[in-house]
Amino acid sequence: MRKPITLAVISALLVVGCGGAQPTTAPGNLPASSATAGDISYTAYGDYAQYGSTPDVAGPCSYASIDQKDYSGRTLKIITHAVPVMGEPTDLHAKQFQDLTGAKVEVVHVPFGDLFQKVLTPLQAGQDAYDVFFNASLWIGDLNPYEAPVPDAYLSVPAMQDVTQNYKDVATWNGKMIQYPVDGDRNYLKYRTDLFDNEAIKAKYKTDTGKDLRVPETWDEYNEIAKYFNDWDWDNNGEKNYGSAEVTKRDDLMFSAFIGRAAPYAKNPNVKGGFYFDLETMKPQINNPGFVKGLELMVDAQKAFPPGGSSFGLGDEILSFGGGQTAMSYTWDDAFIQAMEKTSPIRNKVAAAPLPGATQAWNRNTNQWDSFTTPNRAPYITWGWGVAVSNLSKNQDMAFDFLCFFSNEANHTLDLQIGRFGVNPFRTSDFDPKFWEEKLGWETNTAKTYVETLSGMDGASNRVFDLRVPGVNEFMSSMATGVASAMAGEKTPQQALDEVATEWAAIVDRIGVDKVREAYRTVVALEDAQ
Amino acid sequence: MPDGERQPAASPEFDSVAETPAGRVRPGSPAGGSSLRRYKLYFLLPGLIVLLLIILFPLLFTIRVSFSSWSSSAPGLDWIAAKNYERLLADARYWESLVRLAMLAAGTVLIEYVLGFGLALLVWREVRAKRFFRVLFLVPMMTTPVIMTVIWRTIFHESLGPANEVMALFGLPAQAWLTSSSAAVIAVMVVEIWQWTPFMLLLLLAGLLSLPKEPFLAAAIDGAGPIRTFFRVTFPLMGPISVGAIIIRLIEASKIMETVYVLTSGGPGTATETSSFYIYIRGLRDFQIGYAASLSFAYLVMMIVSMTFIAKALNRALVGRRA
Repeated sequence: MRKPITLAVISALLVVGCGGAQPTTAPGNLPASSATAGDISYTAYGDYAQYGSTPDVAGPCSYASIDQKDYSGRTLKIITHAVPVMGEPTDLHAKQFQDLTGAKVEVVHVPFGDLFQKVLTPLQAGQDAYDVFFNASLWIGDLNPYEAPVPDAYLSVPAMQDVTQNYKDVATWNGKMIQYPVDGDRNYLKYRTDLFDNEAIKAKYKTDTGKDLRVPETWDEYNEIAKYFNDWDWDNNGEKNYGSAEVTKRDDLMFSAFIGRAAPYAKNPNVKGGFYFDLETMKPQINNPGFVKGLELMVDAQKAFPPGGSSFGLGDEILSFGGGQTAMSYTWDDAFIQAMEKTSPIRNKVAAAPLPGATQAWNRNTNQWDSFTTPNRAPYITWGWGVAVSNLSKNQDMAFDFLCFFSNEANHTLDLQIGRFGVNPFRTSDFDPKFWEEKLGWETNTAKTYVETLSGMDGASNRVFDLRVPGVNEFMSSMATGVASAMAGEKTPQQALDEVATEWAAIVDRIGVDKVREAYRTVVALEDAQ
Repeated sequence: MPDGERQPAASPEFDSVAETPAGRVRPGSPAGGSSLRRYKLYFLLPGLIVLLLIILFPLLFTIRVSFSSWSSSAPGLDWIAAKNYERLLADARYWESLVRLAMLAAGTVLIEYVLGFGLALLVWREVRAKRFFRVLFLVPMMTTPVIMTVIWRTIFHESLGPANEVMALFGLPAQAWLTSSSAAVIAVMVVEIWQWTPFMLLLLLAGLLSLPKEPFLAAAIDGAGPIRTFFRVTFPLMGPISVGAIIIRLIEASKIMETVYVLTSGGPGTATETSSFYIYIRGLRDFQIGYAASLSFAYLVMMIVSMTFIAKALNRALVGRRA
């Protein structure tokens, strides 16, 4: 017998008269219900009272529609990340789905370092271990053979229609959407407005440097400002502040930080056909002067790091910037959301901006630097949680219903508000400043810079994506090792990246140049799109 | 069960068994000896087969995998001959991690041995609250390594952790515990020593408690002081136990993984990257299963060879002719 999830849901279902169990619908036969379950309260499932209730929005994935399904006697197996990032929303919506449909939902949580192999091993062995697997969207080059395409019926639901083209592309492989969009990630700049908008500090900066203080337009400028604001108490709270918090710990997503820094120097809008490789020859570009310049600046930026900043993992970076320690940072939304928590000392004292650019970008066709009057920008769309249904699953109907339910409007509204969930904007409706002002109490400027930065990246040209090819972890691990050795002073940036290039060439040889090229072609298509 | 069934006289393999009047095998007789061996073999065989399967199957499978290109993009057991081993020979990062591991293991185990011996001597004799100290000294070993390393990472945190605050109290400069290569190596060693010295203490204390009293009485009668007694009686008598304790810890220390994983991720650069961590990166992060298997097997062979030599050398040094 199914349990009601809340009184609100029960009463609404009684009103619309659709509370009874109906025969299970096959994939592609989603009920087009116009009923809703009223306001959804999440309090029965945990400490979510502070976020209030969210309205159920009529549609095939709504609470009312999913409640019509009867999956009694069936088991849905899900593998996801550890709690809280993506693990907690998985738990929450799995319990709700179980209560609504009568299905038994088993959720396995795995630490990030083990997730890839825990997902891939049974798939390679042909075992139907999990129906649904959460993963990093950049693993699509390795996981695509095992991911079932999202059925057409789910592609036309309103919530899916609301997903921006950028994130539909991220979830797509060879023209088919094989990952269900549940998250949108990108790297962007975060800075302290109480510093950059402070007239006294601006005057002091002008006096000391002869320059106007502004949000950095280039990475050179970023380093310069970060160094200036390093190691002194510029926010007068009795504790020293620092310039920049970055993800620098090897094998802890440091590759994203490096690519973000190198991108405007190595992604030249005048050069098509590959950022990481030359698509024609598949020669690695990772040691070209553009990437080397990015690494030189990253090594130099260490002078503006807080103590221990050269081994910051993502968690450290979130706590450092989000806790008010540094002037700037650039990664995903987490640090920004942390800074905007209700208890944060710097709430509404932060703003977002595009990643800094470069006045020169390397042209591999001419083997020269191209100069830009307006700094060249290369918005970096990186990471993002993906979730897929295994093509070995015998429960694909239930699995897609779960994902459809997971990301319905009500659930998405809740998930976006809880920073630790790791669900970030990826739908057009997410880019409305009012949502952030009304739901989370953000001040207008903060909300405006946030949504403008994020939505601006979605529509930008000259974007950089992750290296979504088979063996991506080998490439990224090799690059992170090279970057780490340069940052530790073991090698010069050029030496380190030369070694990475040699290793990349060997990886391409091992996997097969045609196989990598074929996959890389899909990345280049995204990067070169206008 | 009827007696007739218990007497397997009809069975050919029991024909040559010399029997006592009670029908039992007489171990002293030559015939009884060989059949007893056969008996033993029959009884041991099931257990041996299970043991061999448990030990051998994963090992043989690892060897087979090491000759394949199994990876994220090439699932399955294909045959690439010795390509992984050729690659291994040219993999400078692997060899560097081995050298680093050797130094780290030797350093930590030596310090653990000295500290463990010292602590064991302290709680060996009649001291006040002996039981309390014995339990207290064992606490680090009973904690979960991963969790304790997280705690140590917080202690070494350069802006939030107490390590630098304590140093400041003594007028010492703050250290870049996890971002300077040499300090990071020291940090890893500190955690290992803190966690595993109690293990050394446990083994050495057990050894001390099992020593005969007569040599100590003789030394006392001869007027030997505590230092002389230690170097002439205690230490030599502890030789065999010391060798065992050091070898066990060396084997364990050479598998160091959690501390590196949690504390430094092998960094800064590759300063604390040990063989186990490198194999983990290749196998489970990069999913180069075939190559990681070859790294593991090569590592196993090197460990067996080196541990054999080390054990012999230690025996010669600490036990001498009595070995």
